[in-house]
Parts: sequence; C-alpha cells; structure tokens
Amino acid sequence: MQEDTNTGRVVGVNGNMITVEFDTQVTQNEVAYALVEEERLKCEVIRVRGRRADLQVFENTAGLKVGNSVEFTDELLSVELGPGLLTRVFDGLQNPLNLLAEKTGFFLKRGVYLPSLDYDKEWEFTPLLKPKQKVMAGDWLGHVPEGIFKHYIMAPFDLRGDWELVSIESAGKFKLADVIAVIRNNKGEKRKITMVQNWPVKNPINAYKEKLLPTEPLITKQRIIDTFFPVAIGGTFCTPGPFGAGKTVLQHALSQYTEADVVIIAACGERAGEVVEILREFPHLEDPRTGRTLIDRSIIICNTSSMPVAAREASVYTAVTLAEYYRQMGLNSLLLADSTSRWAQALREVSGRLEEIPGEEAFPAYLESLIAGFYERAGLVRLNNKEIGSVTIGGAVSPAGGNFEEPVTQATLKVVGSFLGLSRERSDARRFPAIHPLESWSHYSGIVDTAQVDIARKVLRQGNEINQMMKVVGEEGTNISDFITYLKSEFIDYVYLQQNTFDQIDGASDKERQQYVYTKVVSVLETTFDFEDKDKARRYFLELRQVFVDWNYAAMDSDEFKRLEAAIDEKIKESRHA
Amino acid sequence: MRKVYHRIIQIAGNVITVEADNVGYNDLAEVSGSRGSSLAQVIRLQDNKVSLQVFAGSRGISTNDQVRFLGHRMQVSTSENLLGRIFNGRGVPRDGRPAVNEDLVETGGPSVNPAKRIIPRNMIRTGIPMIDVFNTLVESQKLPIFSVAGEPYNRLLARIALQAEVDVIVLGGMGLKYDDYLFFRNTLDEQGALAHSVMFVHTAADPTVECLLVPDMALAVAETYALQDKRVLVLLSDMTNFADALKEIAITMEQIPSNRGYPGDLYSQLAARYEKAVDFEGSGSITILAVTTMPGDDVTHPVPDNTGYITEGQFYLKNQRIEPFGSLSRLKQLVNSKTRDDHRIIMDTMIRLYADYRETIEKQSMGFSMSEWDHKLLKYGEKFESDLMDLSVNIPLEEALDRGWQILADCIDPAESGIKTDLIKEFWPKTEEKDTADK
Repeated sequence: MQEDTNTGRVVGVNGNMITVEFDTQVTQNEVAYALVEEERLKCEVIRVRGRRADLQVFENTAGLKVGNSVEFTDELLSVELGPGLLTRVFDGLQNPLNLLAEKTGFFLKRGVYLPSLDYDKEWEFTPLLKPKQKVMAGDWLGHVPEGIFKHYIMAPFDLRGDWELVSIESAGKFKLADVIAVIRNNKGEKRKITMVQNWPVKNPINAYKEKLLPTEPLITKQRIIDTFFPVAIGGTFCTPGPFGAGKTVLQHALSQYTEADVVIIAACGERAGEVVEILREFPHLEDPRTGRTLIDRSIIICNTSSMPVAAREASVYTAVTLAEYYRQMGLNSLLLADSTSRWAQALREVSGRLEEIPGEEAFPAYLESLIAGFYERAGLVRLNNKEIGSVTIGGAVSPAGGNFEEPVTQATLKVVGSFLGLSRERSDARRFPAIHPLESWSHYSGIVDTAQVDIARKVLRQGNEINQMMKVVGEEGTNISDFITYLKSEFIDYVYLQQNTFDQIDGASDKERQQYVYTKVVSVLETTFDFEDKDKARRYFLELRQVFVDWNYAAMDSDEFKRLEAAIDEKIKESRHA
Repeated sequence: MRKVYHRIIQIAGNVITVEADNVGYNDLAEVSGSRGSSLAQVIRLQDNKVSLQVFAGSRGISTNDQVRFLGHRMQVSTSENLLGRIFNGRGVPRDGRPAVNEDLVETGGPSVNPAKRIIPRNMIRTGIPMIDVFNTLVESQKLPIFSVAGEPYNRLLARIALQAEVDVIVLGGMGLKYDDYLFFRNTLDEQGALAHSVMFVHTAADPTVECLLVPDMALAVAETYALQDKRVLVLLSDMTNFADALKEIAITMEQIPSNRGYPGDLYSQLAARYEKAVDFEGSGSITILAVTTMPGDDVTHPVPDNTGYITEGQFYLKNQRIEPFGSLSRLKQLVNSKTRDDHRIIMDTMIRLYADYRETIEKQSMGFSMSEWDHKLLKYGEKFESDLMDLSVNIPLEEALDRGWQILADCIDPAESGIKTDLIKEFWPKTEEKDTADK
C-alpha cells in the first residue's frame, strides 16, 4: 500500500552514520538512498528506535543536511548473480570499477552506481530441463558458456515448496534480462526466470542437499602449506601476521597458484596498490591449469582503505556470496579475504557511532559470532543434483601490534581449520614464506603421509630447542650430534620451508614435485653423518644446502634437475656414517 | 546574505554546539567575538544542534559569539603561485606575503578509482645505500620513517627530498618545533629548492585543531599539481601529532576509544591521507614520505602499528642508521629487477648474513667462544655498518652494489654466501684480489 511513499528525513549526521525519521515503516538492513543535491547516497538500515532509524551510509556524508529526504527501497543489500561476473573488478557494493572509471575518470564520484553485469550482451543458452519437470531451488535449468566453464542458469535460490517447469526456451541467444523459463507451484503461482538473480549478501545460499566433511587437500603449490599445514577443499584457513611479515605476498602466491576453479579476491580495506598488481598482472599471467589467463577464473572485489568504510563491511559478504554462487555450479571456489581485520574495524566504527557498549578493544560484543558466521559459509557441499561444489575461505588477519591475543585473531582461530601464523622473527631473517613452522597448525590432512611429516617436525622442534640451548651454553657446550640435528633443522628450513615466490619454478611446486623432493629431504634427515668437528659439519651442510637450493630452481623435467639430484646423492654419500 | 547565529549552547574542549538550520555536514563556519575570530568545521548534526570543532581552540569563546556558516567545506588554493610560499595550518600565509585565493579546491576529495591506478615503475634515487640497495624508494610510494624522538628524522627527510628527482615538494608540518620549521625552510632555501616547494606548517605552539587540516591541504595541492603532469613529493612530519589531534577531538566528542585512547577509525583516517599517493596514468604522481615518531620506540603503539598496515613499508631509523630489519620497501620488487642484475642478490645475501652477524654479536656478548665462521661474520658486520649503513655514505646505487660485493669478498668464501652457483661465477669479485688481501 505504502510502497511508493516510503520515505523519511535526515535528522542527524555523525560521520558515516545518519539518523532518519521515517514516515511509514522500515525493515532492518534494507537499502535506502539519502538525497543530497543531485546525488543519491546508498545507505543501509542498521538500527530502528521508535520513529527513527540509524543508517550507515556507503559514501562520504559531507554536505548532508538535517531535513534532506531519504528514500527506502524495501530491499536488503543484494548482489546480482549471472553470467559475466568472472574477470570483473567490483567495489564492495558490486559496482564495476572499470565502467565507473570510464564514466567518472580518475576519481570515484559518490552516488554513482552502475549495473554489475552487462545487460546488452547476448549469451548462447542451452536448456537442460524439459517442461513438466520438477524444479527445486538451485536446480540447473540450462547453461551458457562463460570463459572456461559452463555457467549454469539456476532456479532462484529462494524457491520454497514444489515447483514445476511450465516452459523453457530452446537453445539460442539471449540477454540477461530475457525470460528463459517459467515455473509454477502447486498453488498455481507462476514465476518468470531470467539469467540473472539477486541475492541478499548477508544470507548464505543454502540450495544444496548436504554439507560434507572437507578431506581432500587444496593444492596451493606452497611447500610449507601443502606438506606441513594443508588446507582442505571446502575448508577454512587464516594467515595472521604483523605488517611486513609477507601476508600480501603470500595471498598473491595463493591467488596465482592454488588449484581452484574460481578465485575471488576480496581486497577489504587494504592498500589500493596491492590490488592494482593483481588487476594489471592477472590478464597477462597464464593459468597453468587451463592455459588461459588468471583473470579468466577470477573476480576481484576491491574496497581499499580509503574507500568508504561501510562498503568495506559489505565487501566480504559480497565476495562470499559470489563464491557460493559458483559453488552452486559444481565448482571449487576459493575466497581470499585481505584483510578480515579491516572488516572487523569497520564493524567497530559503526558500533562506536551507535554508542553500543563495547567489548574488548572496543570491538562490538557480537564480533565473534559474525566472524564465525562468515567462515561457516565455507564448505564442501553435495548439490541437489549430486554434483560436488565447494567454497574455501582464506582470511588474512592484521592483528594490532602483531599480537595474536587480540580479539579478531582469537575469534578467527576458533573457527578455522588451518592456522598459518606469520612471524616477524622469520620475516626479519628473510625466511619466506614467514609461516612459523612450530606455531602453525592444521586440522586437515596433506599430500604427504603424516608419519613422514612428523620426521621433519621432530627435527625442526629439536633443532629449535638446541638452538635455544646454544644461546645459553654456547656452541662449545653443545655436543656434535645435537649440533648436527640443529644443522639438519636449518637445512630443512632453507631447502623446503622457504620458497622464493618471485621465481617461476621455485615459486610454485606442484604435488608430485613436493612429494619427490620431500622424500629426498627426509633421506638427508635420516642419514647419520660423521664429521670431525663442528666447522666441518657446518661447511658440509652449507654446501649441501647450496646444491639443494639450485635443485629447487631447476625445472623437474630438465637435465639440470637430474644432474643436481645426482650431485645431492653424491654429497650425501660423502659424509654418511659407514 | 547568510544567517548569523548567536546562541552557543555548549563549549567543551575545542568543540562548540549551536542551534542552527540548513547546515551541511563538514561545512565551515566563522566564529567571531570580542576576543577574535576563528574558522570552525561541522563535525556532528543532531536535529537542530550543530557541533563544530573550532580551529583556533575554544579559549575565549563566549556563549553569545557570532557563528556564521560559510556554506562550503575546507578549501585550499592550488594555484601555481603557491610555489615558494609558506602557510600555516589554516592556509594563511606565514611568510608575510599576500594570501593566494585563486583556483580553490575542497580538501579531502574522493579517492582514486583502483581500476585507474597503474603499477609503480620508477625508482627514486636517494644516494643512500640503505634505501637505494636494500629498500628502494619508488615513485608514488607512501613510506613513513619510524623513529624515536632525538633521531635525525627531519634531516633525513630533508636530505631525501633534496636528492630525489621530483618537480614539486609539498611539506606538511604538524606540531613541528619552531626550530625544525626554520631548519626545513633554510635547508630548502639554501639548496635552491624553495622555489619549487610549498610549505604548510603547523608548529607545536599553534592550536591543535589546525594540525588536522595540514595533511589534507598539502595533499589537495599535491593532487592538483600531479594532475598537471608534475612529480610531487609530499613530506609529512610528524603524523603522530596528527593522530594525537584526532584523539583529542574524538575524546571531546565522547567517542568510545579503541586502543590507548585513539579513536576506532584511526586506521581509516590515516589511510584516507596515505592513499592519496598515486601515479596517474599519462600524468604526474604523488609520493608520500612521512615521519611517525614512536613513543617509547614501541612499534606496536597504535600510530606506527596502524601506519605500518597502510603504508608500503617503512624506514626504521634507529641509532642514526636506517635499520635493515625493521625497514622495508614493499615496492622494491617492482623496480630492483630493472636496475642491475645483481641488485637482488646483494640485497638478500647481505641482509641474511647481517642477521647472522647480529646473532654472533649476541653470542659474543655472552662470552661464548667464537668459531672461525663467527670471526668472519664479525668482520663482515662491522664492514657493512661502516661502509654502507652509515648515513653519511652518499653514493649512487651502482657504486653501492660494487661495494657490497667487495665487502662479501673481503670477508667470506663464495660457498658460504648461499648464492646460486651460476651467479657467483658471474658476479663474485675476481679471486686474485682476495688472495692478495688475505696475505
């Protein structure tokens, strides 16, 4: 009745939060627009008290006045889902940044919103179902080609009850907004289906049969991850670390090399420069799995630190919703969110403006449940048609002062399956990736047998203890066999845990190579060596390390690889205990 | 004719509240009374109550002073005539010359569309090996100098500014000691750089709120020049004072503090400034070098901590040296592959060995016996510190790289360096030199 007249007036402005007196009704989390001069600023209702609602504004609020009118839309904050999402770069509200740039130039002009998808493009549609067939939420009605994939056109995810297909278009070219099918339920209600659907970002898409236990490792080509702290397909992991410990470089490596079908990169409140590297490089980097470029399997959500804070909060939800959408097509999607701490800070800013009673470090009391809810959107699922799809979530965390005791890190550790803790100590020593081999953990199983991994773990642990002890009693107070254990732990660190991400070969080590090289590393660890004195032992391991590092830089099918392997074997024999 | 309001209903800290209508958020107002007048900015609207932060501070403001709203936000002139001029935190000339009022733009403009950014590609040469070799400065980078009080950070800032090849220098001084202000002015003047510099200086004695305006004005000017195809270097000193001013206002406004009294949006506030660093495709660029003093040499203090997450690295100034461990240039990888083939090897190897040297120093100080390797490291570390790390060393990158190889060759054997064999063959200084040196 009052749909068209749902308006209000601004009565207060405080930073990016406005208070609005509304005329009729509002819905929590509905989208509204505040009108200032010629501009329409997007906002979201976040609290209602009496006749007044508090709205967070996704734009700079400068110039807003008491008395400015506000239009409510009665729609929750949503994203558009349909073919053509891949390769695109969006802001946190799914505005296409490239198209905005064409329109507004170097700078982001506030109040300019563009459609997320191209509604003029024609897609080659192939139907999969026939009229009279039953339809459930998320069922594949047909498909269009999108880059390397069949992009399935699915029944709306919000369908409830029994529906059947009334009609469906036969194969042909269609635009996104064209009706390609009509469905009807047992009450006789009809619904038209196009190739695009909207979904509220803060609700998980749950049009699947069941969630499964993630077991299979997701190959990241990073040795320390795949061998020591694996991530499962459909699992979750976090990479907390102080600034300068290499979080971003690690995230880049993961976004390039991980064997996922679709990679969604959410640059949430971080440096714009980092996204630019991805934006400019991905179109030129080859994806070894498909032979196409990396951008063909990527979507970039980019709400960098100087962009509006409220949209930063939305950006992680936008990203995970897109990941879920591709999961519904039976694909494995990987979401890399950098950084979830900035998202938490956005929550904190809003909470502060709402004058809520603060929790630890002024973060809101509901921080933990929001973080848990976000990571729980990951998972391996069996779809209604028995296909398997997954969302894997990796979140970077930027703890204040590099202290992992802070609320965001702690809340994250409670819900993730793998913890890749980056350490300042290792990054200062230029040991990259700076994932701490003794403090990190993973609940998932990796590509190497656990018993084998434990051999190296044990040496690393012992080596660390001996190193600590040597700091107290000195090298002369350490016996040679302990000293050799220490050298072995340094050896595995240099030749296996460390990896040069900027080198084409060393930067990405596939499963077979890791298994092969790891066996060789273990053979060194298990060898008993004879040395006259410690200086000889040190020199020997330095030389062995040298050959091994060279080996890591050689392509696996090259002659160089074979030659160096022989040199390593020779070297091992040289000082082996008879 | 704009309406004048006479009823100030609250004065708390540097924030006053008046009852007024039709006022835009962040608009400016002029507050005037018998004890003088000041600009003020709207920081909260609630019904008909308007809260303003008064730039000159609230001391001497009376409840019946006049408040006149100007109907626009903070503006700054961006004309060519700014070059060679010095202004205070409100944009009023400090050098006794007439005010500049052409080409006004609003400060704190929108952020650059990430899709329009390009990957930085030009190295800025400084002649300081610890920067050029180990943590290369890149055009359009934003980098702070982390430092404790007493270190020569302003000298370092000035030296980099003078040696860097840029078209315009914009200096934003926040809470500068008057001596430091004079130092910057005189140094730029003596070196003939004042003519292509603009200075916005808020000294420690000026009202706190004015400190908040300095970065925005400096960056608005820089942005305009950069869009006119100029390479602009912005120097900001000291950003900790800026953060402290933010804290003061936030507490006055009864905002819930997050960490050590700083407001929860400290990160966003700092980022909004630092992210102005940019390389405009087909036009100029903005590079930002800032000083962040660390209270108590504590890098986990909220200001350096938040800064570190925003900036593209940091130079860590300690004991009159740029520390190799705390320091980092995140963009160095983009340029140091194009300088000389051995740049990265020298960079990685020397730092790794220096870390070992530090461990050896620790061992030595605890009285442990030194192995042959330890002695080599000690020699190496001392040579590194005196020949490259010292701030007085002023040599081009190429010479610094050669010097690096020489230090390595003088102190250790090639096999101990951990460098790939083929690279050793290519770059390691020829052995006959070493043999004679040994004898």
